[in-house]
Amino acid sequence: MLNLLGDLGAWGLQALTRLGRAHLLLLAMLRGLLEILRRPRLLVDQLYSVGVLTLLIIGVAGLFVGMVLALQGYNVLSRFGGETALGFMVAASLVRELGPVLTALLFAGRAGSALTAEIGLMKATEQLSGLEMMAVNPEHRVLAPRFFAGLIAVPMLAALFSCLGVLGGWMVGGGLLGVDQAAFWNGMQDGIDFNDDIINGVIKSLVFGFVCTWIAIFQGYDCVPTSEGVSRATTRTVVHSSLAVLGLDFVLTALMFG
Amino acid sequence: MEKSPADNREEPLVRIRGLRFRRGERWIFDGLDIDIPRGAVTAIMGPSGTGKTTLLKLIGGQLVPDEGSIEVDGQNVHALSTAELYRLRMRMGMLFQSGALLTDLSVFDNVAFPLREHTRLTESMIRKLVLLKLEAVGLRGARDLMPAELSGGMARRVALARAIALDPMMIMYDEPFTGQDPISMGVLVQLIRQLNDAARLTSILVSHDVAETLQIADRVYVISGGRVIESGTPAELAESGGEWTRQFIQGLPDGPVPFHYPAPPLADDLLQGAVC
Amino acid sequence: MNRKRQIEIWVGVFMAIGFAALFLLAMKISNLGTAYSGELFHVTARFDNIGGLKVKAPVTIAGVEVGRVQEIRYDPDDFRAVVVLGIQDQYLGKIPDDSFAKILTAGLLGEQYIGIDPGGSEDTLKEGSEIGITQSALVLEEVIGQFIFGKSQEGAGTE
Repeated sequence: MLNLLGDLGAWGLQALTRLGRAHLLLLAMLRGLLEILRRPRLLVDQLYSVGVLTLLIIGVAGLFVGMVLALQGYNVLSRFGGETALGFMVAASLVRELGPVLTALLFAGRAGSALTAEIGLMKATEQLSGLEMMAVNPEHRVLAPRFFAGLIAVPMLAALFSCLGVLGGWMVGGGLLGVDQAAFWNGMQDGIDFNDDIINGVIKSLVFGFVCTWIAIFQGYDCVPTSEGVSRATTRTVVHSSLAVLGLDFVLTALMFG
Repeated sequence: MEKSPADNREEPLVRIRGLRFRRGERWIFDGLDIDIPRGAVTAIMGPSGTGKTTLLKLIGGQLVPDEGSIEVDGQNVHALSTAELYRLRMRMGMLFQSGALLTDLSVFDNVAFPLREHTRLTESMIRKLVLLKLEAVGLRGARDLMPAELSGGMARRVALARAIALDPMMIMYDEPFTGQDPISMGVLVQLIRQLNDAARLTSILVSHDVAETLQIADRVYVISGGRVIESGTPAELAESGGEWTRQFIQGLPDGPVPFHYPAPPLADDLLQGAVC
Repeated sequence: MNRKRQIEIWVGVFMAIGFAALFLLAMKISNLGTAYSGELFHVTARFDNIGGLKVKAPVTIAGVEVGRVQEIRYDPDDFRAVVVLGIQDQYLGKIPDDSFAKILTAGLLGEQYIGIDPGGSEDTLKEGSEIGITQSALVLEEVIGQFIFGKSQEGAGTE
């Protein structure tokens, strides 16, 4: 019994110190913003690996999700003679939920795990240590640009996801299922409010981008610097990010639409 | 801040006093005293696991000792502010065991990296400096290769060129000879000696490769169990009566450092297994 | 064209696509593109029962949207609902003040909205004026209830 309590205590303390280290890292990265403003070039390189390389998977996923939404939505709505609400339904689910959430999940899988692996390997091969000895702060020079690139990229990717989703929904709804085009677009524009839906969706994806990138960078920076440690950290990144995104989505939805 | 080398020629560049450092429960250093003289190659030797790399990280200020002090060029490394520490590090070079080259930059960009970070030189100046440094390690022709395309020895030479890019006052070598074939080992031995003498650097060499180290070192410290157990010139060490040193230098399998990891007698162990 | 430049171009493409997507979301998918963002004037109307009318429901004349419902509250003094309509400024002085406001339903089960039938008065609706004649929402249960009640009355009469 005492042993169990002791284990619980040790585990709690460990979790707390990890959390503390994660926040110190966050502070250091935020301070790194100064250096990025001085040398925006650092950000450009990271936007490429975090944003451009994730573009394709986000685009394809968005298109297909929109198409599926239209098919399923049509089945349900046509029972009540409500096919005209298809545009609204597709767009609302995308803009409010699926766009930000699925983008964040895909981002964690594609860009987040790559970030963790890259930083973990840099640590394992003493590159971060080497930078420190060259009087270069790796938190500012290496980690901060990646963090801010993630923060910028995720909302853009989420917007792209939603746009392509609506396009996919329109292709299936308007093209395949023969829903009236004007009703599709008008219903959508009537139902989706800029402030309530679009802005809230963008806020969601900003929060998700922040959390996913932070987790990915922290896991890489804090990993055991061996090949096993890096591969574990990569797994942890995907698991932690996904859970954090889904949990936060509930909280944010309750706050915004509750 | 910076003293001219003339007025403190006799002062050691690095002075370590009463250094204690602990990792978990184990004391890695337990009262270490070392003086690194200016302009010489000082080797620190000892078996694996004695924390030789840790010592270099302590000197570079990446780790903080539990007790004791480390002074580099008259400054207590661990009492400096971050900005001062970074300024001091610009005058230190360090060669990591793996080279620690930035994998996404070419050889040229790796060597240019510290120059671009810390100086405001024009690109053409940087180009000249980088080519000179690469020439010094014999790899001017390899400037467009990526680190993944280099052999271990070449990577270490590129890292060396990068370490001397800012013309530091000292270079720390972490196990420079490990895992090298005889030729690149010879090249590295020669390079370390040449750089030390030509650029009037101070070199600190951490290694357990006895033959190569004794070949180039001016002064050797042997550490074990967290303390210095012998020091002197290579010649003095070779004739040393210390049992431990003899075992280490001649590579005897058994001696003061036992072949067996501490364990109860074999017979007891076997019998106990049978009971269970 | 070196690699640095290629990366820059790709990042440029990425940023352009991202901004275009955000712009499309705002202008094509949400109501920002269609919403009337000019000045409004406010008119109140009282209803016995507003049914499922919601804030932001359209206000129409002859089926054309002229404004939106701005506010709905309950007035405990006369037990009626007070609905504030925000009407586009361009119609100021063009809607007779004896107009008739009724709550209508788009389709059988659709959203509820307000339709205004213009009256014949010389005076017009201004900021703060009230529409006197209103018709409440059609509540399906009541209609069905009345229908059944009427039928049973009919049956009783013929007997």
